[in-house]
Amino acid sequence: MSLIDDKVMDTLTHQGDFIATPYEPKGPVVIDCDVKNIYYGDFRAVRDSRIPIEKNKVTGFIGPSGCGKSTVLRSMNRMNDLVESFRFDGKVQYHDHDIYDKKVDPVIVRRYIGMVFQLPNPFSMSIYDNVAFGLRLNNYKGDEEEMVVKALKRAAIWNDVKDKLKNSGLSLSGGQQQRLCIARAIATEPDVLLMDEPASALDPIATRQIEELMVELKEDYTVALVTHNMQQATRVADVTAFMGVDISKGGRTGYLVEMNETRKVFEDPEQELTKEYVRGEFS
Amino acid sequence: MIFDPFKASASDKTLSMPPSQADFLRDSAFRYLAYFGALSIVLLVAYIVFELGVQALPAIQTHGFGFITGTTWNASEEEFGVLPEIWGTLYSSLIALIIGGTFGVGIAIFLTQGFVHAKMEVTFRTIIELLAAIPSVVYGLWGIYVLIPMLVPVAQWLHETLGWFPLFSTELGGPGLAPAALVLAIMVLPTVAAISTDAFRRIPYKVKEAAYGMGATKWEVILKVMLPTASSGILAGLVLGFGRALGETMALAMLIGNVNNISLSLFDPANTLASLLASTFPEAGQIEIQALMYAALVLLAITLVVNLLGLAVQQYTMRKFEGKK
Amino acid sequence: MSEVNEQMMPPKVVLPKLEKNLYEARAIKSFLLTAMVWGLVILASIPLFSVIYMLIVEGGARLDWEAITALPPAGFETGGGFGNAIVGTLVMVGIASAISIPVGVLAAVYLSILEPQSKLATTSRFLAKVLTGFPSILAGVFVYAILVITTKTYSAWAGGVALAVLMLPTVTLAAEEAMRQVPQRMRDAAFGMGCTRTQVIFKVILPTGMPGILTGVILAVAGAAGESAPLLFTALFSNYYMAELAEPTASLSILIYNFSGMPFENQIELAWAASLALVVMVLFFNILARIVGRSKF
Repeated sequence: MSLIDDKVMDTLTHQGDFIATPYEPKGPVVIDCDVKNIYYGDFRAVRDSRIPIEKNKVTGFIGPSGCGKSTVLRSMNRMNDLVESFRFDGKVQYHDHDIYDKKVDPVIVRRYIGMVFQLPNPFSMSIYDNVAFGLRLNNYKGDEEEMVVKALKRAAIWNDVKDKLKNSGLSLSGGQQQRLCIARAIATEPDVLLMDEPASALDPIATRQIEELMVELKEDYTVALVTHNMQQATRVADVTAFMGVDISKGGRTGYLVEMNETRKVFEDPEQELTKEYVRGEFS
Repeated sequence: MIFDPFKASASDKTLSMPPSQADFLRDSAFRYLAYFGALSIVLLVAYIVFELGVQALPAIQTHGFGFITGTTWNASEEEFGVLPEIWGTLYSSLIALIIGGTFGVGIAIFLTQGFVHAKMEVTFRTIIELLAAIPSVVYGLWGIYVLIPMLVPVAQWLHETLGWFPLFSTELGGPGLAPAALVLAIMVLPTVAAISTDAFRRIPYKVKEAAYGMGATKWEVILKVMLPTASSGILAGLVLGFGRALGETMALAMLIGNVNNISLSLFDPANTLASLLASTFPEAGQIEIQALMYAALVLLAITLVVNLLGLAVQQYTMRKFEGKK
Repeated sequence: MSEVNEQMMPPKVVLPKLEKNLYEARAIKSFLLTAMVWGLVILASIPLFSVIYMLIVEGGARLDWEAITALPPAGFETGGGFGNAIVGTLVMVGIASAISIPVGVLAAVYLSILEPQSKLATTSRFLAKVLTGFPSILAGVFVYAILVITTKTYSAWAGGVALAVLMLPTVTLAAEEAMRQVPQRMRDAAFGMGCTRTQVIFKVILPTGMPGILTGVILAVAGAAGESAPLLFTALFSNYYMAELAEPTASLSILIYNFSGMPFENQIELAWAASLALVVMVLFFNILARIVGRSKF
């Protein structure tokens, strides 16, 4: 524990609050997430983190637990609005509009920016209805069945479920449930897909399948992925954001330490703290 | 209109659409409805208290506090007092609580401390739940035609051998406190059993394990560890059961005799506030109805105090265990 | 052979006595306590079996087609039945359900999903608990004051409203509990897809929590069907089939109450038969609630 504390302090030398060197995106940016502060009540969860999400790339978030990587991710489609004490200070520019604009209804944001959660969470309805849920919700007028089949195929679960589409989504195994949830999320072809540790509850084989799926998905989507598994980040992410925890002011406030192309972050990081983290010296 | 700056810039392939105007309208309409649903409960309780107060006001002005200490109920003389009813309500409920509480806690121990196989446990629990499902009037009918005939010889014997004892000082001539309290005990039992069972189940398994680990016998564990740990939950069950007994109406109206009488004897007829209302209200004139409204207000006040007490104990218990976790 | 056996014998060790001593004080105490608990349970079951026995023997003897269709007999008449009381009970429970179920479920939605921590929710939840402890006869007194006095007549409406007052908190608390049981992750999933709150409730929470909600609702209906105190001076009684909702109306429970005190054999027999009919009705709802509640998500 004290080891982490020391390491975190390292980034705080010389000047006051450490602020990471901004990452220069190489391609078009879909979400430009610029967090000044995120609070839960009086608790300051995240500070000063600018994280641009590039189109058709997988952006990985890594860092010790409690660094606020999930909080940042959930701020990008305003899921955190469901937490009563949540307060967001900053800007999340999605294409050319701020999603935290007063005029914007969070419900609309979530229609365009889909989410896959840490634990698989199918609805207690049939496999087919789970996938068709979003299509019906978005009032899709075309061939529903075709889109359901397409989503199931792309989520690499079609072969497992094609004979039992009427069975409950809850009857599947954990890995299958998570792929069903991915199928559900991509059925409406959302612009961006946020994935919050989607493989954390799965066995290695299911994890592999999900990882392959993510690499395929970026052809069509923009993906932001939170993971606690550094190998997963190296395998899947094109760009990686490393976040740390600042305990200098008594709280546990997360902040961006370094963001760059994944290879650069893992092989030649700018910050000493990043080097130690990717070497596995603390977690 | 719906403000959606995203559709234009999102990828062409996306099927995402903002919710329609109708969706948003339905959303706010439904939320208002739900709000009024929750509000209706608050308003209902307020309205009940207010309305009973208004209706009882004339009687309160006429009879004042003497209503509560008076012992006669004579409509033709316009003389109203409910002390015997208050006494009968509390006394019958107390006896019912002692009997029903003993049984209820015993049953809770039986159901939670591994006396029978899990399947049998379900059977017994179902029996207890069915006991609670039988309507009050049916118990009343059963009391008149089964319990009272059975009790009369027993009461006779008790009176003859132990007549010096205040509880048995009179003879049972039919309806009376004893059959009423016994039926009431049957009706209190499921409440006490259910809440106590809950209290036992709430105890973390490790507590029991620790006690067994120290070499205690099953009964030592139950009496010295489980019972004290569950005690506040059981107390909540007892208080809420008592509250239920205070307000029970039909079975009592059929079995207690409806006689204004303050007596310790279990075999005397008596009356309770609820059965006074049940038996007098339908034929009462306007003045008497006002007095009955006053009596209803007294009943409301008594049950309210007891129920608030029970809920407070229950809340305290829950907090205690949540703190422990 | 015996040699081998001797070799395999473990060395002799003197152990403290481990087997139970039945005459030891604490063993006797345990035995007595266990016997007492068994005794309590069996004794507590006796009334139930006695009630069921009486219902079947006394009530079953008279529960025929005439009993469930004919009108209540007057004083010295023979025969007769309680058809109008069955209708009255069903109608009044129907009115009570039509009022209390929608309001109760709406309140439960507010309490469990929309604003569970708000001041209104805390107050409302607390008062609902208080209301479940209210003496049921007070619901009758209350409705007498607001409906019978103002409309100047006893009516099925008044009876139904009185039962609704009793059902409302039960339905609310049971439905709230059932909706709470719907896992948070399912709600998150629905919100994450861009559902409005209302869509989350209608598309996910209500369908998923339905078995639990139905169980609570059916149990509340069963309770209302067996109630009599609130009907005494709201619906009163009637010896005829109901022609409209704004007139005094018969119910099974009031019929039992009225007939139980009569000095006529015929009426007492009918009271038992009506009790059997009422208990069958109530148990039917109870069993239904159990079956519905078993289908878990």
